[in-house]
Amino acid sequence: MPKVSLSHFEASIIFALLTSVVLGIVTKRNDRERMRYAVYCLVCFLGAIFGLSWLMYLGHG
Amino acid sequence: MAENHQPAPAGNWVAAVALAWIIPGGGHLLLKRPARGGLLAASVAAMFLLGLMMRGALFQPQSGDLLTMVIYCGGFIGNLMSGILYFLTVWLGYAQPDVAGHVHDYGTKFLVGAGLLNILAMVDAYEIATGRKD
Repeated sequence: MPKVSLSHFEASIIFALLTSVVLGIVTKRNDRERMRYAVYCLVCFLGAIFGLSWLMYLGHG
Repeated sequence: MAENHQPAPAGNWVAAVALAWIIPGGGHLLLKRPARGGLLAASVAAMFLLGLMMRGALFQPQSGDLLTMVIYCGGFIGNLMSGILYFLTVWLGYAQPDVAGHVHDYGTKFLVGAGLLNILAMVDAYEIATGRKD
């Protein structure tokens, strides 16, 4: 079994991508809505990742 | 990704949900939704395999205080929901001990996350099989 060593950022991005795909598939009723919702979820995940990262960086002082 | 939606035969939701658990995406394949089934299978398998390759640990149920029980039993159920991926990992000896380290910790979360994504896929298979969605 090969070993993978991802950074927190890389792991977060991959998690966001895979989760967005599944959420898009299971929540909407046609392909167009699924695609839009998956992209929406991914943007929300990325926004949370970058937003919280900056918040922690600035809050750390 | 256009699919030919045919009405699902009534009463087969148990088979669809069981298959969706054992083989991620299998329920959708049984219900003639191959594109969605393939995407779900790829997503769940990718998350599980990445978790394994990051040397994540599989949970074993533990008793003790409430928090320990919730974390370890919940984690075990999350792992179990990955179906054949979990069983193959255990049977073939790829389960790894819990060790300290941030990458291992991400891996452990990925392994549980794969099971949680498969629960969503199982619920979707149930809704398709019962005719609540296409």
